[in-house]
Amino acid sequence: MAFVSGLTCRECGRDNPAEALNVCDFCFGPLEVVYDYDAISDVISHERIAQGPLSIWRYQDLLPAEGTDPVDIMAGFTPLIKARNLGKKLGLNNLYIKNDSVNPSFSFKDRVVSVAATKAVEFGFETIACASTGNLACSVAAHAARAGIQAVVFIPWDLERGKVIGAAVYGPTMVSVEGSYDEVNRLCSEVADNYPWAFVNINMRPYYAEGSKTLGYEVAEQLGWRVPDHVVIPSASGAMFTKIWKGFNELACLGLLDGVAGSSFGQDQNTVHHPAVTTKMHMAQAVGCAPIVTAWANGNPHVSPVRPDTIAKSLAIGNPADGIYAIRILRESNGSAYAVPEHDVVEGIKLLAETEGIFTETAGGVTVSALKNLADSGAIKPDELTVVYITGNGLKTQEAVEDVVNPLHIKPSMGAFEDVIGQRISGLVVGG
Amino acid sequence: MMGTQRVKFTFMTQLVKEPIIYRLGQEFNLVTNIRRADVREDMGWVVLELDGDDTEIQRGLDWVAAIGVRVDPVSGDVIEG
Repeated sequence: MAFVSGLTCRECGRDNPAEALNVCDFCFGPLEVVYDYDAISDVISHERIAQGPLSIWRYQDLLPAEGTDPVDIMAGFTPLIKARNLGKKLGLNNLYIKNDSVNPSFSFKDRVVSVAATKAVEFGFETIACASTGNLACSVAAHAARAGIQAVVFIPWDLERGKVIGAAVYGPTMVSVEGSYDEVNRLCSEVADNYPWAFVNINMRPYYAEGSKTLGYEVAEQLGWRVPDHVVIPSASGAMFTKIWKGFNELACLGLLDGVAGSSFGQDQNTVHHPAVTTKMHMAQAVGCAPIVTAWANGNPHVSPVRPDTIAKSLAIGNPADGIYAIRILRESNGSAYAVPEHDVVEGIKLLAETEGIFTETAGGVTVSALKNLADSGAIKPDELTVVYITGNGLKTQEAVEDVVNPLHIKPSMGAFEDVIGQRISGLVVGG
Repeated sequence: MMGTQRVKFTFMTQLVKEPIIYRLGQEFNLVTNIRRADVREDMGWVVLELDGDDTEIQRGLDWVAAIGVRVDPVSGDVIEG
């Protein structure tokens, strides 16, 4: 069962019912799920979590879903890998990679969409929808297929073929919109107002965003119920950044972190910060779309919208809905925010691939480059426990690294092979 | 047809002093209902509801955008990666 007691406005604090809503009826502020944490603390335990499935739904007590039959394509419980080679390169002895690129539709979006799709079915919607430039469209279409409901996905008309196929294969109704980024944005918002569909990041948004908390829970569980000293997270809307922090703090308040006594969630449960959570939250954006980093750097509590112009398309949100809340967490956690130069994005992808055998998309390139900056600057000390979140798969943005394709081209003879191989691999001993 | 739209306007420095919302009401016959706002010296934003004829709402929003105000859905960008 769900322990949800309603939705609260993050701006004016008014209560709203737990329905398909995205903004407060009074002030149009964003809504957040409110939980009955007293009831949750009566039932939740490490043992109960361990008995759950190897997916995000092992944490169902902390997710806003009723029933026992979620729309689950087995999102989550992705590997946490000790990154020895990348760590050695960066001078970090205690570096881990949360590899969320291996989710069923190859990005972290499966976490949030699984929760949104489950709520959509609970509310009785027969269609789920989204506007996306890639990962979200794939995940929505995949979850709709699993749930046996309709999917409508809006995509920009010039979206790369690979991404279109990655979503189309699941059989959604795909609407290709010819227009500017702003025009597509406005159209989708109007459609959401006028059609009885569950738009995962509009009228399902309060529930959808909660799925990202599982990125915090899993890392803590995989580290033996500890939180890291540092995390490095790519940011677009800022929602995932805020939810990972919320996840760590929920675990602490519920007494689920090792050696940490639980505590009350206080008056405003969405801003709770347990003193045992000393994790420094580091945000990564690309220079071509860095509205949150810019606001942070200028000490501005508001985020000025920008028009995205970055190769990291999965991070291209010019007007981030959770930007101001992410800035509060940067401050509260003594974290930092870094805008990665565009030319370093591909370098980050290659560095991760060549050191750890993980092929990430451009967002991952942003994250790894930001991690490198933090290590080089000394912001992360060599022995501090650090987790870097890799949220999407490189097969989705292959065009970004096309220059790596440089095979040795030969005629089919041993002589031709030996002529070129000696030049490429030094110290080669034939027949040794 | 009559309709309603919820939007967020973001103004940069040169437009902060302009009576844009007043003109939106006067020149496009829209009812403007401000729900939240923060206007500073260097920038400002206003979250509001527009009530009126659908065509006039569209014309009004096009005019606002044309003079340099950024117009967004109240819930931020809805296109995601």
